[in-house]
Amino acid sequence: MDTYSFLRELADSWALLVLTVVFLGVILWALRPGSNAVHRDAANAIFRNEKQPAGSDDDLRPVKEA
Amino acid sequence: MWDYVKLIVLALIAVLAAIAANYAHDLPYMVNALVVMLAAAITFVWQLRHVGEPAHHPQNEYLDGVVRAGVIATTFWGVVGFLVGVVIAFQLAFPALNLGHVTEGILNFGRLRPLHTSAVIFAFGGNALIMSSFYIVQRTTAARLFGGNLGWFVFWGWQLMIVLAATSYVLGGTQGKEYAETVWYIDVWIAVVWVAFLLVFIGTLWKRKEPHIYVANWFILSMIITIAMLHIVNNLAIPVSFLGSKSVQVMGGVQDAMTQWWYGHNAVGFFLTAGFLGMMYYFVPKQAEKPVFSYKLSIIHFWALIFLYIWAGPHHLHYTALPEWASTLGMVFSVILWMPSWGGMINGLMTLSGAWDKLRTDPIIRMMVVSVGFYGMSTFEGPMMSIKAVNSLSHYTDWTIGHVHSGALGWNGMITFGALYFLTPRLWNRDGLYSLKLVSWHFWLATIGIVLYASSMWVTGIMEGLMWREVDANGFLVNAFADTVAAKFPMYVVRGLGGAMFLTGALIMAYNLWMTVRAQPAKAPVNANNFVAAE
Repeated sequence: MDTYSFLRELADSWALLVLTVVFLGVILWALRPGSNAVHRDAANAIFRNEKQPAGSDDDLRPVKEA
Repeated sequence: MWDYVKLIVLALIAVLAAIAANYAHDLPYMVNALVVMLAAAITFVWQLRHVGEPAHHPQNEYLDGVVRAGVIATTFWGVVGFLVGVVIAFQLAFPALNLGHVTEGILNFGRLRPLHTSAVIFAFGGNALIMSSFYIVQRTTAARLFGGNLGWFVFWGWQLMIVLAATSYVLGGTQGKEYAETVWYIDVWIAVVWVAFLLVFIGTLWKRKEPHIYVANWFILSMIITIAMLHIVNNLAIPVSFLGSKSVQVMGGVQDAMTQWWYGHNAVGFFLTAGFLGMMYYFVPKQAEKPVFSYKLSIIHFWALIFLYIWAGPHHLHYTALPEWASTLGMVFSVILWMPSWGGMINGLMTLSGAWDKLRTDPIIRMMVVSVGFYGMSTFEGPMMSIKAVNSLSHYTDWTIGHVHSGALGWNGMITFGALYFLTPRLWNRDGLYSLKLVSWHFWLATIGIVLYASSMWVTGIMEGLMWREVDANGFLVNAFADTVAAKFPMYVVRGLGGAMFLTGALIMAYNLWMTVRAQPAKAPVNANNFVAAE
C-alpha cells in the first residue's frame, strides 16, 4: 500500500477514533463531579495578586481586592 | 564574561550584516542587511554601557516595563497599520493615488497591501498579544516573568521583524504567500523570537504560585505553540543564495496551496482568535469585576476550538485542484466550528449578567462587549461562507474582505482597544483614564466605521459575484471584469470613509492614552516597580 492510501486509511479509522475519544474525554473531565470548587477558585484567580507576585513581603502587600 | 560574549556576537553580526549588504543580490536584501547592521550596532552600544552591571530581577515585583513598551508599540503600529489601510482603500477607489510615475512602484497597491495586512495583524495584533500575554501570565500565575530580560528580547526582536518586513515589502521583497509574505531570513528570525516567546511563557507557567493555570493562559499557550508549528511548516523554503531574498518553496502545486491555507486559516484561528480569546477571558471579567460566566464552558470552548479549527483551512480552496473530500472536510469542520465560537461569545457576554448597567456607564466595557459581539457575527458569517454553494458566489469578491474586516476591526481591534484602556492607567499607576468622553467618541467612530466598511463590502461583494455569473439567453457572460470594477466605485468610497473613521478613533485613543500618562495625577506607588516619575 502506498503512503498516501495508508495515511488516508489511518486518518479515517484509528486516528479519528483516538481524537474523538480524547475530545469527549476532556469535556467529560471538565464536567466531572466535584470540579465546581476547583473551577470557582480558578475563575477568581484574576482578582488575586494584582500588584505583586505571591509570597512577597507582607508589609508591602496591598489589601486583597474583591 | 557573559557580557563580553554578547558584545563579540553583536559586533560579529554588525560586521557580517555590513558585508552582506555590500554583496547583496537585490535591493530589499541590501536594505534589510543595513537595518540588521544598525540594530546590532545600537544593541552593541547599549550592551557596552551596561557591562558588569549586576542583573536586577526582583522576584517580588512583576516585570511591567516590557508591558508598558508593548502598550506604546501596540498603539503606534495600530495607527500606522490603519493609516496604510485607509491609503490603499482610496487607492482602489482612485488608482491615481498609486503615484506610480513618481515613486516607481514603491507605493503601489501591490506593495502597500502586504504592508497593511502585516502591520495590522503582526505589528498591531502581535504586539497586543505579546503585551497581554506578559501581563496576564504574571497576574494569573502570581509570578514574575521568567527569563530575566528574555521578555525584552522578545519585544525588541518583534519590532526588528516588523521594520525588516516593512522595508522589504515596499522594495519588492516577498515570497508570494498571503499573510506569510516575509522572505526566508525574516522567517528564520520570526522563528527565533517566537521560540523565545514560548520559553518566557512556559517558564512563567512553570514557576507559578497559583495551583491552577487560568484558562486565558491555555488559549495564549495554544496560540504560541500552533503559530510556531504553522509558521515553520508553511515557510519551508530553500534560499537561492544567502546573499539574496529569493527562495524556492519545498512543496509545490496543490500541496503548497493546501499548506498555505492550512497556515492562513489557522493564523486567523490561533493568532487572531485563540490569542485574543485569551485576552477576552482576562480583560472582560476584570473590567466587569465579575468572574467569567462559566469556567466549565470556557474549558469546553477551548478544547472544541483546538480540535476543530485546524481542519477548516481547505474552505479557502473550494473549486480548485484540491480533492473534493478535502474541500468537503474543510466545509464541515467550519460549520461545526460555529457552535464553540458562539459558546465562547455567550460566555463572554453573560459574564456581564447582573452588571448590565455597566454598559451604560463604562465605555470600556461597551467596547469589549461590542468586540465579543463582532466575534459572534464573524464566526457566524465565516461558517456560512465556507459552505460550497455560498462560496461559489462569495469567493474572489469583496465579501471576503468585508468578512475579514468585521472580524479584524470589530473583534481584534475593539478587544485590543479595551485592553489598552484597561492597562494604561494600571501600568503607569494613574487613577483613571484622562477622558471617558473621548473613549465614547472612539467607540462610536470605530463602530460606525466598521458598519460602513462591512455593509459596503457586502453590497459590492454580492453585486460583483452576481455580475460575474450573469449569462444571457445564449449562455454568454453579460459583464466584463471591468464592468464590475466600474460598478463598485461608490462602495469603495464608502469603505474608505469607514476606514478613515476607524483611524480617527484610533488617533483619539492615542491622544487619550498619552494624556492619561502625562496629565493624570499619579497614585502612591506600591513598590519601585510601579513607581513612575510624574512628568
